[in-house]
Amino acid sequence: MATGTRPPRTARTRLAVAGARAATVGSLTAPAAGRRVREFLFPAVLFLGLSVALTGLAALIIWAVVQGGERVNLGLVTNGPSAINPEQAGYRTAILGSLWVIGGVIVLIVPLGTGAAIYLEEFADRTRWYHRLFELNIQNLAGVPSIVFGILGLAFIVRGPLQLGFVAAAGSITVALLVLPTVIIAALEAIRAVPSSVRQGAMALGATKWQTVWHQVLPAARSGILTGVILAVARAIGEAAPLLLVGAVTFTMADPSFFEGSYTTLPVQIYDWARRPQEELRTLAAAGILVMLALVLAMNSVAVWLRNRYEQKW
Amino acid sequence: MLPLTDLTTDQELTMSDHHRPGYQPPHVRPAEPPDHRETTFELRDVTVSYGGSPAVRGVTMDIDRQQITALIGPSGCGKSTLLRCLNRMNDLIPGARVEGSLRYHGEDLYGPKVDPVQVRKMIGMVFQKPNPFPKSIYDNVAFGPRIAGVRGSELDGIVEHALQRAGLWDEVKNRLKDSAYGMSGGQQQRLCIARCIAVEPEVILMDEPCSALDPISTARIEDLMLELKQQYTIVIVTHNMQQAARVSDRTAFLMVELTADERDRWGELIEYDETSRVFTSPADPRTEQYISGKVG
Amino acid sequence: MITPRRIAAASAGAGSPRRPLAASRPRYGERVIRALLALCAGLSVVVTTGIVLSLLVGTVDFFRVVPVTDFLFGTRWAPSFSDASFGVLPLVAGTANIVLWSMLVAVPVGLSSAIYLSEYAPARLRKVVKPMLEVLEGIPTVAIGLFALLFLRPLLEELLPFLPWRTPHSVGVAGVAVGLMIVPLVASVADDAMRAVPRSLREGAYALGAGKLTVSTRVVFPAAISGIVAAFVLAVSRAIGETMVVLLAAGASPNLTFLPTESVQTMTAFIGQTATGEIATGTIDYYTIFAVGALLFVLTLMMNMLAIRLVRRFREVYE
Repeated sequence: MATGTRPPRTARTRLAVAGARAATVGSLTAPAAGRRVREFLFPAVLFLGLSVALTGLAALIIWAVVQGGERVNLGLVTNGPSAINPEQAGYRTAILGSLWVIGGVIVLIVPLGTGAAIYLEEFADRTRWYHRLFELNIQNLAGVPSIVFGILGLAFIVRGPLQLGFVAAAGSITVALLVLPTVIIAALEAIRAVPSSVRQGAMALGATKWQTVWHQVLPAARSGILTGVILAVARAIGEAAPLLLVGAVTFTMADPSFFEGSYTTLPVQIYDWARRPQEELRTLAAAGILVMLALVLAMNSVAVWLRNRYEQKW
Repeated sequence: MLPLTDLTTDQELTMSDHHRPGYQPPHVRPAEPPDHRETTFELRDVTVSYGGSPAVRGVTMDIDRQQITALIGPSGCGKSTLLRCLNRMNDLIPGARVEGSLRYHGEDLYGPKVDPVQVRKMIGMVFQKPNPFPKSIYDNVAFGPRIAGVRGSELDGIVEHALQRAGLWDEVKNRLKDSAYGMSGGQQQRLCIARCIAVEPEVILMDEPCSALDPISTARIEDLMLELKQQYTIVIVTHNMQQAARVSDRTAFLMVELTADERDRWGELIEYDETSRVFTSPADPRTEQYISGKVG
Repeated sequence: MITPRRIAAASAGAGSPRRPLAASRPRYGERVIRALLALCAGLSVVVTTGIVLSLLVGTVDFFRVVPVTDFLFGTRWAPSFSDASFGVLPLVAGTANIVLWSMLVAVPVGLSSAIYLSEYAPARLRKVVKPMLEVLEGIPTVAIGLFALLFLRPLLEELLPFLPWRTPHSVGVAGVAVGLMIVPLVASVADDAMRAVPRSLREGAYALGAGKLTVSTRVVFPAAISGIVAAFVLAVSRAIGETMVVLLAAGASPNLTFLPTESVQTMTAFIGQTATGEIATGTIDYYTIFAVGALLFVLTLMMNMLAIRLVRRFREVYE
């Protein structure tokens, strides 16, 4: 190295130097006994922090079981809501509404989310200025509060151009738009993980771009995309805030259908009963929470199992 | 439907003008007329640049049919870049530009009506690192014919034929449904060759096909190449001079050139001749230096 | 007519006749597919435009009736009263309270979880704990809200009886619950940031004789700092946008207060409660949803952009 010149101080260099200095200072000045105590105490404190989170989780589950356990029976899912007879009320209409909403969500997010990710990653011109904007936009959408999507749904889907009214389809589209960024981001990661050698091999055999994507890239990215979809659906099942604005809080005895009739979903029904003062309704709400927890656990397990089983080691 | 083109078999070489001091025209000896070798590729002053900086410059040569042509030279001399021009794989790299004339059986390979996808069906490629698809052995070989529209029972025959020609059939005939990733490196590369053959190309391009393989697999693939050349035109890029000497009929030597301030570098064709002559009595001193290991 | 090429081809025993280089037919299918895919990608832009438009139009209508300064700086929020007042500060204070209490929980718990999992935990423990945190992240917010109302609130009153508990709703309790809910978010983003620190940095410090404490706090943590700050910023954004927990546990009274035991109304709770009631279009009440929603959107947008920039800067250091 020529005298008088120093290598540029990159961030990494600075960090390495600072770390080395801290390490040297630490090992030279700390008295041995105090250091051993600290070395033991520190992870203990950290573990304490972690256990707060885990205890909270355990407390929540136990509380739900205690509070709502007595109401868990078949009637919980087969009975409709009943104003007069809270002990007999059940979540039937809510579950049906949830099924409609989630069904619509799945039908929408799989093609739209995968399609958007394929376009951005495989077909779009990356040198253009608007490509970066696309990605930035999706990342921003992923962080918009869910209730703002409710406002969007109220303005454009229930009223506005789509004029669907307060029906399950409106709730379905609203929630689908809410979780779409999550699916797009997961699909983008999965598609990016497919190595370029696969694409090159396919194109060298005379495949068109779409043939390469459809026959090679998508099947290889399948498990990553599926995991993203499952996680998005798990989130969608539990969403209540945006649905408040698109009409899900009603008292409805009739089973809803997709495009007409008032509807409600499981979490919204739980919310509705939870905010009432009657004790039986609160118990009912807690029982509903148990049902939801079971669902969430099931979906998370499926997603984890899928991830472990089909993880492609490139 | 065969396009009616005017086929010229005479090897007319046009040297382009390089007004550079110290420039020596490449030593390119045309093939002997009595062989009546047909020309597959005619390159005239081909220059490839990435994002404005040239990678290989002014290449003029003819590649003959049903022969093995080897491209040798040190790293960075543009051999792979040149190879990728022949099946328009450079199209996939943003910012890549190909100038000059590149004719395939007399037709301009980069003409406005030419469809790169069709080109690649006729000019196949095998890559340096074996890249089988994450699918079964059968599906790997069947992919090309499948997307060309071949269905069902015909596919079985094509797959078997291709695997036999690649010398892989006996080893895998009982496990066609197994994942291709379960095979050894040498087997995977032969699978890639089978995959390429299944599309019935005319030309097979090979970009350092054996550099990631052990010597035994390498020997098997070299034997395979010698068999395949009876039916296909093969162009191979190799780092291994002995390999070029062993298998190729004609050898092209490219070398790295630098600008005075060493900022830009590109490759140029130095010598192109029958392999035996290139390796025993090369015309250019630079060739001699490279072959004897004095350089690069 | 037999051309020279055909003879040569026949004599050389080539396989198939030569295929033309031009495409046999223009690939319309590919073009259509490409257009459809572009539409899918364009949908995301349409959604953002829709959100901005819907908020903008309602807000503009709102500000025709209510002066901007009254809205932004007023301290009394009573839109449905006869002597209506539209000062949004109580709502903002309610949200700020939630952010404060949730960060008090989420930052230490989330960060310590992250450091523990990334630096100290054996691989098997990590494999068990990470899914548990993912479950916590996936719990529906209504559950967290009811948990806060029916379990945490009485519990905290028992533990801290000296505080002035007056109502069953309490912003402090709701904040703590939101904090618990956000812990997995903080933990996973911070954990990713710390795991991205290259081993060479750690190993260099260990080779100098540093202990784990020093390495974690003086080497890894500073190296991952922008990723960790991004985690906090994302957490704040999440806390600002949370609706169900505050609806159930924080209350519906727009108080401008900082006492944790008080019942308050956050921006999100206001929107949710107003919508649950029957609101006719065209009334000023209807437009308040959009005005408050716009403020909410702007705040979270700023947070998210900051977080994105931090993550990008962090990635640039190591890639």
